Amino acid sequence: MEAIPLITPLDTDTVRRLRAGDRVTMSGVVYTARDAAHKRMIEAVEAGRPLPFPLEGQVIYYVGPAPAPPGWAVGPAGPTTSGRMDPYTPKLLELGLKGMIGKGTRSGKVIGAMERYEAVYFGAVGGAAALIAKSVIKTELVAYEDLGPEAIYRFTVSKLPLTVLIDSLGNNLYAQGPKVYRR
Amino acid sequence: MGEIRNVQIDIIEDAVKSLFLKANTSIGQDIYNALFDGLNKTEESPNGRDVLGQLLKNHDIAREEGVPICQDTGMAVVFLDIGQDVHITGGYIEEAVNRGVAAAYEEGYFRKSVVTDPLFDRRNTGDNTPAVIHTRIVPGRLLHIIVTPKGFGSENMSALKMLTPASGVEGVEEFVADTVIAAGPNPCPPTIVGVGIGGTMEKAAILAKRATLRPVNESHPESRYAELERRILERINRSGIGPAGLGGRITSLAVHIEYAPAHIAGTAVVVNLCCHACRHAQVTL
Repeated sequence: MEAIPLITPLDTDTVRRLRAGDRVTMSGVVYTARDAAHKRMIEAVEAGRPLPFPLEGQVIYYVGPAPAPPGWAVGPAGPTTSGRMDPYTPKLLELGLKGMIGKGTRSGKVIGAMERYEAVYFGAVGGAAALIAKSVIKTELVAYEDLGPEAIYRFTVSKLPLTVLIDSLGNNLYAQGPKVYRR
Repeated sequence: MGEIRNVQIDIIEDAVKSLFLKANTSIGQDIYNALFDGLNKTEESPNGRDVLGQLLKNHDIAREEGVPICQDTGMAVVFLDIGQDVHITGGYIEEAVNRGVAAAYEEGYFRKSVVTDPLFDRRNTGDNTPAVIHTRIVPGRLLHIIVTPKGFGSENMSALKMLTPASGVEGVEEFVADTVIAAGPNPCPPTIVGVGIGGTMEKAAILAKRATLRPVNESHPESRYAELERRILERINRSGIGPAGLGGRITSLAVHIEYAPAHIAGTAVVVNLCCHACRHAQVTL
């Protein structure tokens, strides 16, 4: 199966065409955020303060990278478990977030919001952190530096290999894939 | 009574540092072979094969370039088996272990993933300390150190159940398999499943952690436990979860059971999950 090349930010037409199980390669900018950064972003929204980056069409990668060794743009940077971000995610989707990269299951509320606001959940391979880091060509700090590995970074990625886990119609590879091999 | 042997604290610090530097940048040959066989023999699912291929490639990059296999370089777990005739000189052993951890995480460009307080003040300690240290006093004059950096994607999917004696073997089999299957894609399958059975709740938990350290090609030395390991593994792998949870045959690489004598009223069972990056290294001083 040929991987579909994607360029960020994502528009709604692109999002609508993607289906659970599609392999893609992503190029462009993605923003990193995990638990602590999500908590602060939601606090900012609730307080009416601006977010550290405009969400419209953007992709958030759930990752807390290791420090960059000499000669690397970033240290190993595999996905963390996305479910921990579920309580914060519907609000970000409402504000225009179009893509999420992570690993693991999502809540019904998140999937519902993905259908309503048309967004895609992509999977990177958990544990393939050094391989993934090779696709990151530039790292810039965006916000919350005090959070260390949990700060928000802007990654410029080139051909990051991903799989569509949940599409904008709510199709879920985590449900469909195992069904084929269950005995 | 053996003669007292002095061990200088700096030797322990240096050993802990080297072990973490090694453990975080390589998986064991046993796991590498299991992934390789999975890719070339067992796994039928194209997505599953793609994932196994990425994990092998990832490992080659980590080994060649000396970077960590996974960004989650874990909470530092250290098992110390200290011979009772060993006398440690020059400082306190837990401080030495923590200095070794801090040095490794700095030098290795490892992620620092420990916060000061689990609830009220989740402030990063900045050097990945303190380590979780399990100490045993054993016969002899040697000091054995095992380190295992434990990532939390899999740790978070671990579970404890206090079964009744009436639950029997079937109760254990069901609880372990259900725990792994319910975890689905979250612990980064293929996983290594450590199971501790018996003792008290904390005894079972430590047994489960130790069980993750056994090489994946080694089954329990007692045939009835080896058979139980095999049955549970089969049951897990019938789930179809597969590598990364995308569907496939290989959800777990191994189930390892360790047991201890139990109370007449109970059977404690702990399942400790470890992703393929079931990293550990050891040395005898």
